[in-house]
Amino acid sequence: MNLSFSEEDLKFQSEVRSFIKENYPSEIKEKMDNGVPVSKDDIVTWQKILSKKGWFAINWPEEHGGSGWSVTQKFIFQNELAEANTPNIVPFGVSMCGPVIYTFGTEEQKERFLPDIRDNNVWWCQGYSEPGSGSDLASLKTKAEKKGDKYIVNGTKTWTTMAQHADWIFCLVRTDSSGIKQQGISFLLIDMKSPGVEVKPIITIDGSHEVNMVYLDNVEVPAENLIGEEGAGWSIAKFLLAHERTGIGGIPHLKREIRRLRQITEELPLNEGFLKDDQLFMDKLNKVEIDLLSAEFTELRTLASISAGGHPGPESSILKIGGTDLQQSLSDLYVEALGYYAHPFMSEEDLKSNEKRIGPDFAANVMPHYLNYRKVSIYGGSNEVQRNVIAKAVLGL
Amino acid sequence: MDFLISDEQKQLQDLIHQFIQKDYPFDVREKLVKTEEGFSKDFWKTFSQFGLLAMPFSEEDGGFNGGPVDIMIILEAFGTGLIVEPYIPNIVLSGNLVSKLGSKDQKDAILPNLLNGDMQLAFAFSEPQSRFNLNDVTTAAEKDGDGYKLNGYKCVVMNGPAADKLIVSARTAGSQLDENGISLFIVDRETKGLSLRDYSNVDGSKASELTLEDVVLTKDALLGKQDKAFSTIEEVVNLATLAISAEAIGIMQKMNELTLEYTKTREQFGQALSQFQALQHRMVDTFMVHEQTKSLLLMAAAKMNDKSEDAVKSISALKYQVGNAAKLIGEEAIQLHGGMGVTEEMSIGHYFKRLTTIRTIFGNADYHLKKYSSL
Repeated sequence: MNLSFSEEDLKFQSEVRSFIKENYPSEIKEKMDNGVPVSKDDIVTWQKILSKKGWFAINWPEEHGGSGWSVTQKFIFQNELAEANTPNIVPFGVSMCGPVIYTFGTEEQKERFLPDIRDNNVWWCQGYSEPGSGSDLASLKTKAEKKGDKYIVNGTKTWTTMAQHADWIFCLVRTDSSGIKQQGISFLLIDMKSPGVEVKPIITIDGSHEVNMVYLDNVEVPAENLIGEEGAGWSIAKFLLAHERTGIGGIPHLKREIRRLRQITEELPLNEGFLKDDQLFMDKLNKVEIDLLSAEFTELRTLASISAGGHPGPESSILKIGGTDLQQSLSDLYVEALGYYAHPFMSEEDLKSNEKRIGPDFAANVMPHYLNYRKVSIYGGSNEVQRNVIAKAVLGL
Repeated sequence: MDFLISDEQKQLQDLIHQFIQKDYPFDVREKLVKTEEGFSKDFWKTFSQFGLLAMPFSEEDGGFNGGPVDIMIILEAFGTGLIVEPYIPNIVLSGNLVSKLGSKDQKDAILPNLLNGDMQLAFAFSEPQSRFNLNDVTTAAEKDGDGYKLNGYKCVVMNGPAADKLIVSARTAGSQLDENGISLFIVDRETKGLSLRDYSNVDGSKASELTLEDVVLTKDALLGKQDKAFSTIEEVVNLATLAISAEAIGIMQKMNELTLEYTKTREQFGQALSQFQALQHRMVDTFMVHEQTKSLLLMAAAKMNDKSEDAVKSISALKYQVGNAAKLIGEEAIQLHGGMGVTEEMSIGHYFKRLTTIRTIFGNADYHLKKYSSL
């Protein structure tokens, strides 16, 4: 056991650091640093920069454009991206659909879809949840009926993140209703431009438009877009959820956020001193930091076991629960740090405008984040479902 | 000893609940908060007709001599309907300051208009660095001939956008944290040198940032005695803390009810969510927390009513508990609603937002824990 970086690792770190410094577009950095929402173009621009360098699909097998990095290198890379406050990588293509295709797809499907994901030519979204199927995902009803060499798809998907930007959607659909509900689910790729696909926004309590309803009305999908066998959708979904859970914790980002909050406590006036003089507040900040260390080293253990040849299994549920608890506690601490200045509401237009903001500069996103982050213990399999997974699959209950 | 409210108080409570049921459904409230004004002047008039606006004032001021228990009843009922009309800034804070400190002329100019619903007031007491410390005042009022000249900045002034007049705390003597040397001034919205930047808060209420640049006032603008406003400020803010705690407890009750209802109708894995024991226990916890916080509310209201020695300490106990309970109940209600809980479409998220801002208003849990310890 050795938890320190080798000389080679340190060299790698400085290579990553200088690459980001030289290539991270200043106009995107400025938006990120000032809490101005980034556009689809900003995200694609940044992801393409990483693609071009070969640093985008880092977890993929090398034959498909993966990095071949060690677990330590991947860890360093993620940390550097977060340190530099780059936009979060949108996971739907590269971390979700991609792994499914290179694991379960045919050679033809790999050739057809993987390069565009790796090079950021296509934006993917995820069609899992339905109005009646949240935690109980396997009860999903969206129906795909085979007619000749096509599937005819009918149903409604919900909570579809960034569907408004997406070119393609990967969906769980029901191809058979006769057996137990987990059987009869299939994994289907659908072009969002197909007739019968309609996207409607869902506005969330922070005032943002991130998630959507996706209506599928007699959508014709070529049968060659089926991944794996008919009825294999549930095992693919389980494989994918495990992938999603490991990525969802966002630990490098949290490390940066906690350091920034510590900085803020030294600058934010409180009576005749600064917020850092408030010992109760600082205690809470330190408690969150300790929880973060636990989560970070749990994640490292999982990554190490993956690099030793294992797949992320049910234990990745621990990361999801721990990471999302942390995201929520930290977002709440930011709210507390601001006092009354957490209350003013700023619309996206307000944030983009040059008018001086109300309260400290960092204030504008604080309450929206707190409100928005209520979702993290709900999505990707609610934390209640994650506990069921641990109880059943890990503790054998 | 009993915890019963009087028949009159019960009638008042019923009146507000009926109003909410008939005239103030969630969609009406949602339309109101999206308007420029952010609340309904007509409903404000209705509240005047109900006698709510006159409640805490003495009979000679045109009021009904209501006490802390009456304020508690009004605000707890308001909380269940998420009423956005600015009762606390107008009546509990500003109106009370005028009633307690005003000269005859000041009262005559303000109270009748306030009580009949024609005038809006706001109390500007917080500054960016002051957080919850009412004695932390840097906005300065210097003598200027016979009157005063004010310079400084006030932040997140509740009901600022609607206010015809503002009551501003300013320092006339002493240093930043001295209790002595704080004075109050009544300032017309249109006064030269006063500028307001108006905005909406996440909970649907409205507020303003206030900049005072050489605001010249006559001596008639002084409310109460020069340098001696602190104890009255503290007194009305204590009452307002009780009021907003009552509002929070009304909101908690409603959120618990909505959650219980939702889990009974939402089915997953072939049964209602309410059938899952893991969720039942959590709803039992939020139910208990609401009841226990309500007990502290009743205790604090009674102690304030009796002007008991430990009334102030009991207010801090209450607001500390409200801060913790609001976090638990608010967050659990959203979690148990799942994705629906975070949509603008459902009322639960709006209750959550108001409950979340109340955690901060007049002092968060940490502040009141420290205050409780110091008393």
